[in-house]
Amino acid sequence: MWEYTDAVRDHFLNPRNVGVLKDANAVGEVGSLACGDALKLYLKIENSRIVDASFQTFGCASAIASSSVLTDMVKGMSVEDALAVSNKDIAKALGGLPKEKMHCSVMGQEALEAAIRSWRGEPPVPHAHEGRLVCKCFGVTEEQIVKVIQENALVSVEEITNFTKAGGGCGECLEDMGEILKNVLAGGVSGKSAVGAKPVLIPDLRKSKTEAAPALSNVQRMQRVMRVLDEIIRPRLQQDGGDIELVDIDGKEVSVALRGMCTSCPSSRLTIEGFVQQTLRDQVEQDLAVREVSQ
Amino acid sequence: MSGAIRYFDNNATTRVAPEVLEAMLPFLQDQYGNASSMYRFAGRSQSALSKAREQVAALLGTSPEEIIFTSCGTESDSTAIYSALNARPEKKHFITTRVEHPAVLAIGQHLEKQGYAVSYLSVDGKGRVSLDEFAKLLNKETALVSMMFANNETGNIFPVAEAGALCRERGVPFHVDAVQAVGKIPIDLSMLPIDYLAVSGHKLHAPKGVGALYVRRGAPFRPFLRGGHQERGRRAGTEAVPNIVALGTACELAGRHIQEENTRVRALRDSLQSGLMASIADAVINGDQNNRLPNTVNISFKYVEGEAILLMLDQFGICASSGSACTSGSLEPSHVLRAMGVPFTYAHGSLRFSLSRYNTQEEVDFVVEHLPEIISRLREISPYCGFSDDAGESDVCPVSR
Ligand SMILES: Cc1ncc(COP(=O)(O)O)c(C=O)c1O
Ligand code: FES
Repeated sequence: MWEYTDAVRDHFLNPRNVGVLKDANAVGEVGSLACGDALKLYLKIENSRIVDASFQTFGCASAIASSSVLTDMVKGMSVEDALAVSNKDIAKALGGLPKEKMHCSVMGQEALEAAIRSWRGEPPVPHAHEGRLVCKCFGVTEEQIVKVIQENALVSVEEITNFTKAGGGCGECLEDMGEILKNVLAGGVSGKSAVGAKPVLIPDLRKSKTEAAPALSNVQRMQRVMRVLDEIIRPRLQQDGGDIELVDIDGKEVSVALRGMCTSCPSSRLTIEGFVQQTLRDQVEQDLAVREVSQ
Repeated sequence: MSGAIRYFDNNATTRVAPEVLEAMLPFLQDQYGNASSMYRFAGRSQSALSKAREQVAALLGTSPEEIIFTSCGTESDSTAIYSALNARPEKKHFITTRVEHPAVLAIGQHLEKQGYAVSYLSVDGKGRVSLDEFAKLLNKETALVSMMFANNETGNIFPVAEAGALCRERGVPFHVDAVQAVGKIPIDLSMLPIDYLAVSGHKLHAPKGVGALYVRRGAPFRPFLRGGHQERGRRAGTEAVPNIVALGTACELAGRHIQEENTRVRALRDSLQSGLMASIADAVINGDQNNRLPNTVNISFKYVEGEAILLMLDQFGICASSGSACTSGSLEPSHVLRAMGVPFTYAHGSLRFSLSRYNTQEEVDFVVEHLPEIISRLREISPYCGFSDDAGESDVCPVSR
């Protein structure tokens, strides 16, 4: 059982500003169903001031509470001030969050930034595009990690997991996270180039920006696969009385289950290999493999 | 909201039965003698231990000499597994399932680091293992097989009789984690090809801190705790007499109530399940409805997250559990649901209700009355309602009918 403050409980049980904001002109979306939490933030901005805000959140109590308190906070703020809101401010407004739940406040801050970027016409998901991908499981980049370390004065890898979820899955990235932490603590990212610290951070950031087709993070891949399934593949199968369900995405392997007419269809293998895999490869990534799992 | 607790989390732990408390109390008060001492005062502790051993043996259909008292289910699992492995150190293959409790799974992971080959039997969408696949995994190097009797999350009952027979054919020892099964379904070890079987007290109305391990006569054994002569040298440490008396009494009670467990409790569970399924859209049952513990139901609700549901249920004093990431202590949803291939649109929104003979129809009705409202409130907040990226469409939300 988590120890939540009264403010978290209140914002969870009586969330403010829930739902779609019909005349929003800025929308920020972070997280995914697969990761267990996702936030869609709607802002209405007039004369560079946020005049209204609302949210939709899928997630635990602290994710819902962070979203709710964020919408309250930013209403009436200038865009400039809103950009200065940090995850710490969100957590503080809630009277604090359990340390394992700090990533909920980070999600709020990222959604706010994404919304404002969308309003400015900038790419919607800044973090995932910039910087080297460190945690495959949760799609966390070096830039995001450096940012939370600096903004929250983190000193351990465990804390980074609490704030970003990185390292909370397979754990393969833990070592890498430790290196990054060491560099940041040694001052390696401020550009001052600390003695002894590996100067990997800044050059890497630049490099990936100029790469032709940046690799997709797990989260991006997941989002795209889900979209393509819903918008292209499923409607086609449904025409024939069938259906398909996404079961899992593990790296580049997409597991799906066929439903309805498809299950008894003798050519289901052809459906999977031909239509489903090919469509996903064309739309998402060339080296995706689709596997059928029976259920 | 009233202060009453509606407890539906009996697979996590159970209340101590009043009869159990009554039986153990004297051993926490006046009868504190060490069972190993030589005076008559201590003799009472000694005979209480013997009686408890008989009570446990009777519930399991075995003889008292084959029962060792431990401190918990986890200790029983560890003792059995390391015992069997250390007895045949040259064999380096261990077989278990992907859906075991961490008490077994973590040992598998530890063994891998120590150079063992570990096979994890997979499960299908309903959480069932395949005996054909199991038979193929057995080989000359196999040192031990560990399979649960029933799964704590879904309630699925595993084919331990058949798996045990396959093991016996090939001379492979067979351990069963029966922590969730004991007291809920009849178990007759005299009819089952099982070498080791783990029991935990707090899952059947005894207190926390006591367990038992069945070791079939003749099965290889190496003590986990060495020291004094307690438990005939198989588990050193002064016996926790009050707890052991409690476990014995709880086993006797479980035997008396097992019929009720499979009739009245089962009917309550079924009524809970059908009540929820009838009033909440986009819900699925996880597990094998044809072969499940009578007290357990695991349901997933699409588009909502488990911890949020639990906290709202808590407002009504309803206690249940979830396999969502936020409640699992890790950042990923339950390994059991993932092994079953439950799509993550459902895995994060899973809820488990586990009943006991202390539950009533009124409590079930109370849950059926309040949960639909909770789910629809959370779905109204969720961006996935309608499952569309189009903001305009998101307000069509599949809330409860
Ligand atoms: C299947 C199973 N095995 C083992 C255990 C561990 O038992 P204990 O808590 O007594 O150590 C549990 C408890 O949750 C369980 O459900
Ligand atoms: S790559 Fe970070 S947890 Fe798996």
